[in-house]
Amino acid sequence: MTDELMDYDDALALYDPVLGLEVHVELNTNSKMFCGCSTEFGAEPNTQTCPVCLGLPGSLPVVNGKAVESAMRIGLALGCEIAEWCRFARKNYFYPDMTKDFQTSQYDEPIAFDGSVTIEVDGVPYEIPIERAHMEEDAGKLLHVGGATGRIQGAEYSLIDYNRAGVPLIEIVTKPVRGTGYNAPEVAKAYVSFLRDMLRSLGVSDVRMEQGSLRCDANVSLMPKGTHELGTRTETKNVNSLRSISEALRYEIRRQAAILASGGRIIQETRHWHEDGGYTSPGRNKEQAEDYRYFPEPDLVPIAPSREWVEQLRGTLPEMPSVRTKRLQEVWGFTDREFGDILAGSALDLVEATVEAGASPAGARKWWVTELARRANEAGLELSELAITPAQVAALQKLVDAGTINDKLARQVIDGVLAGEGEPDEVVRSRGLAVVSDSGALEAAVDRAIAADPDAAQKIRDGKVQAAGALIGAVMKEMRGQADAAAVRALVLHRLS
Amino acid sequence: MSLTTRSAAELAGLLARREVSAVEVTAAHLDRISAVDGDVHAFLYVDGDRALSLAKEVDARRAAGEKLGPLAGVPVGVKDVFTYAGAPTTCGSRILEGWIPPYTSTTVQRLLDGGLIPLGKTNMDEFAMGSSTENSGYGATHNPWDLGRIPGGSGGGSAAALVAYEAPLTVGSDTGGSIRQPASVTGTVGIKPTYGGTSRYGLVAMASSLDTPGPCGRSVLDTALLHETIAGHDPRDSTSIDAPVPDVVGAARSGDVRGMRIGVVRELGGEGYAPGVEQRFDEAVALLQDAGAEVVEVSCPHFEYALAAYYLIMPSEVSSNLARFDAMRYGLRVGDDGTRSAEEVMSLTRGRGFGEEVKRRIIIGTYALSSGYYDAYYGSAQKVRTLITRDFDTAFQVADVLVSPSTPTTAFRLGERVDDPLSMYKADLCTIPSNLAGNCAGSFPVGLAPEDGLPVGFQVMAPPLADDRLYRVGAALERLLPSQLSGLGALPGSLAAKEALR
Repeated sequence: MTDELMDYDDALALYDPVLGLEVHVELNTNSKMFCGCSTEFGAEPNTQTCPVCLGLPGSLPVVNGKAVESAMRIGLALGCEIAEWCRFARKNYFYPDMTKDFQTSQYDEPIAFDGSVTIEVDGVPYEIPIERAHMEEDAGKLLHVGGATGRIQGAEYSLIDYNRAGVPLIEIVTKPVRGTGYNAPEVAKAYVSFLRDMLRSLGVSDVRMEQGSLRCDANVSLMPKGTHELGTRTETKNVNSLRSISEALRYEIRRQAAILASGGRIIQETRHWHEDGGYTSPGRNKEQAEDYRYFPEPDLVPIAPSREWVEQLRGTLPEMPSVRTKRLQEVWGFTDREFGDILAGSALDLVEATVEAGASPAGARKWWVTELARRANEAGLELSELAITPAQVAALQKLVDAGTINDKLARQVIDGVLAGEGEPDEVVRSRGLAVVSDSGALEAAVDRAIAADPDAAQKIRDGKVQAAGALIGAVMKEMRGQADAAAVRALVLHRLS
Repeated sequence: MSLTTRSAAELAGLLARREVSAVEVTAAHLDRISAVDGDVHAFLYVDGDRALSLAKEVDARRAAGEKLGPLAGVPVGVKDVFTYAGAPTTCGSRILEGWIPPYTSTTVQRLLDGGLIPLGKTNMDEFAMGSSTENSGYGATHNPWDLGRIPGGSGGGSAAALVAYEAPLTVGSDTGGSIRQPASVTGTVGIKPTYGGTSRYGLVAMASSLDTPGPCGRSVLDTALLHETIAGHDPRDSTSIDAPVPDVVGAARSGDVRGMRIGVVRELGGEGYAPGVEQRFDEAVALLQDAGAEVVEVSCPHFEYALAAYYLIMPSEVSSNLARFDAMRYGLRVGDDGTRSAEEVMSLTRGRGFGEEVKRRIIIGTYALSSGYYDAYYGSAQKVRTLITRDFDTAFQVADVLVSPSTPTTAFRLGERVDDPLSMYKADLCTIPSNLAGNCAGSFPVGLAPEDGLPVGFQVMAPPLADDRLYRVGAALERLLPSQLSGLGALPGSLAAKEALR
């Protein structure tokens, strides 16, 4: 990495960044865009293929109606117009990952266009204008073997897996996003995060950035302050996490600013983000742009969704994430900070389901944001992948509320549930974790603790109630934690009053 | 009478009455292929063993009293552009040499479902590009009427196989005339059904918006029976029409043209048309009039631009459809010696595997679709296509069918036009408009040209999904001709073809 970089604050004092974001979403339809092959991730290479997605001579595509429906729902959720009539087009280029050496895509007639969404960064709203959302098919996956970097240059040979060939994709393209200023990288990140939540709530994609089911190309150019003409942009690829989006853009803004300030010229090109080193390097030069020779796909008939269908789909749209979060925060009565923890931990759905299962909002939040988040983190899992359900968490909290267990015991119950020992009450029973409510046993333990620590007992008698802590601790220790601390405290104070 | 000179309808009758077995019929045709195909070269691949075992199955099913299709046990030749699992499919190209498809086209599947016996794959111009079969990567087919002449193209193999009695029926594909022009110059019947009336699934694409599978036969009824077998909606082809197949067999049996309005297309005749072709065409029109049809003259002013529009739209689609032959997954691979990049191997393979005409069209199409040229070429050509469709619409207001010669001349000599692509392209002058508009059309034999004694074809064009009208007119001609025109003793069905082979 040898790029000259300008300090970010200095760069923003001189230039206004203009963003452009292209997001590819892999749909979670059961079958591919143009054939009946499975789309499941992770199968043995080339086992999910047929004459159609292998592009064998003579084979023909048939559009997956479910994918069209998903595309329309995405378009509607982005506030787009839905085309009354649109076609697929062929994007022609030679590459071994394309079985037909053209990609069936949409060109000048996208299914959805002219939308906009509003996102927030630090409480400031930004409008992101949407140019289009169109349907296309994914390419196969190349594996370059023998090279130093896993890239094609220097590879000894390459393997191709066509399982992904033909998986339905939706490409969502923004118009140039202006006026984001200093927050540009955060706006981009918040936009992709918004899309991820929205697509998840639509139920149309797994939106796993690490598996490539959500991919983002981040474009940025700089305009000298006070001017209005767009500068030359670069397109950064390989941005595989939310954090990378803001970091890659921040880097590009600093790099471009340094070049422009020294009188240089930005080269219009694709750049490759290196997550490890935190820098971009040049990829394909777009100035000798490839001519894709688009033309309408003659093997498919036009798509003309009826207005009734569009309206029916509009009716099925779930509450948009931004509206929902506002509503839930209000209903649950959390502060911004408390609620922010839930959002940051991707725990909103889980907390909501836990509350629906009968837990108090505070109780539900407590388990998911602290104890369970820690365990997911340790196991390298998404919170939602933990082997405990919102209903089980609600049941756990109810046991605590009822005094059957305390928080400390509850953590052992979680161990049991995660280990597959059954429902929380079963774990309490089988592990013998219920707090001791036999008052005789408790009273005896309290008496023993008082006898063992006469100093503390005297202090309490003298009115220094804080000294009760030592006695309570001793009792809890003797009861191996299986006592209700509040009840022990009451007993101690009663005995010494 | 030999089994090979019988019509498919006759064979079907003999088979149904169990006077002859499917194995006997199949064996007779395989023998005939062995005897004459060295001279004709209609076949690229003969699937003898499988044909005989399929025939055996049909015989067994018939013996068991199973209800079979009307053509069960009748052999059929398949143009080498359709996939048939297990049989090599080359499309007449070296680039696909050795490729054995793992799946079967809808057309061949429907033949199999109907109990027909595929004998093998017939020769064609490479990827169906040509009007003479001289562009085949595996050598030209010879016209049985005169072995020094072309059998038409691209489906010359399918047409010649009929005339040489190697098969009673064949299937072809028609993109600009590849069924009708060979039918015309071999004196056989060839139908291009309505676009979408037959499935393209498993038909290796040349130009997707034009390609149409269709039936070929020696008689009108035979062709109709085959048409009925292969036509109909196919969910695997998005451009397939979901509508009932017109009653083509009924029309072929009827042949009643009384009150039918027959439109002679003014623009398809005159300069460039051989005198014998025009003479036989005029006589046939007069015959139809005598039989009770009403003859009107119609004008289709945009037909004169059809050839130009076709040679932009077709190559554009070709340039994209043929991109997949890149040596990566199947077929020929040249230069893969461990030192070359994938791109170099693609380039070397395509350079060696494709013939001149294919390369010419890929280059034209690549140019026509290029950014900056798209509107002027592909865009304008699509506008012309719309105008031609409107010409048809207007003409069909005043006529039930339109008629013209099928091709301007009789069979030309092998080698005569190979160095002059434009004169080769003109062989499709009359057939191309129907491909651009997507309506149906067919070629029917109407005698021999007096000047060279070679067959003349009569083209009938009908609106989309009115394929039955083609057969009605064709059947009328078939019935009226022998007693009315001279030289008909030599039409296919006689022994003339065999004599030509001697």
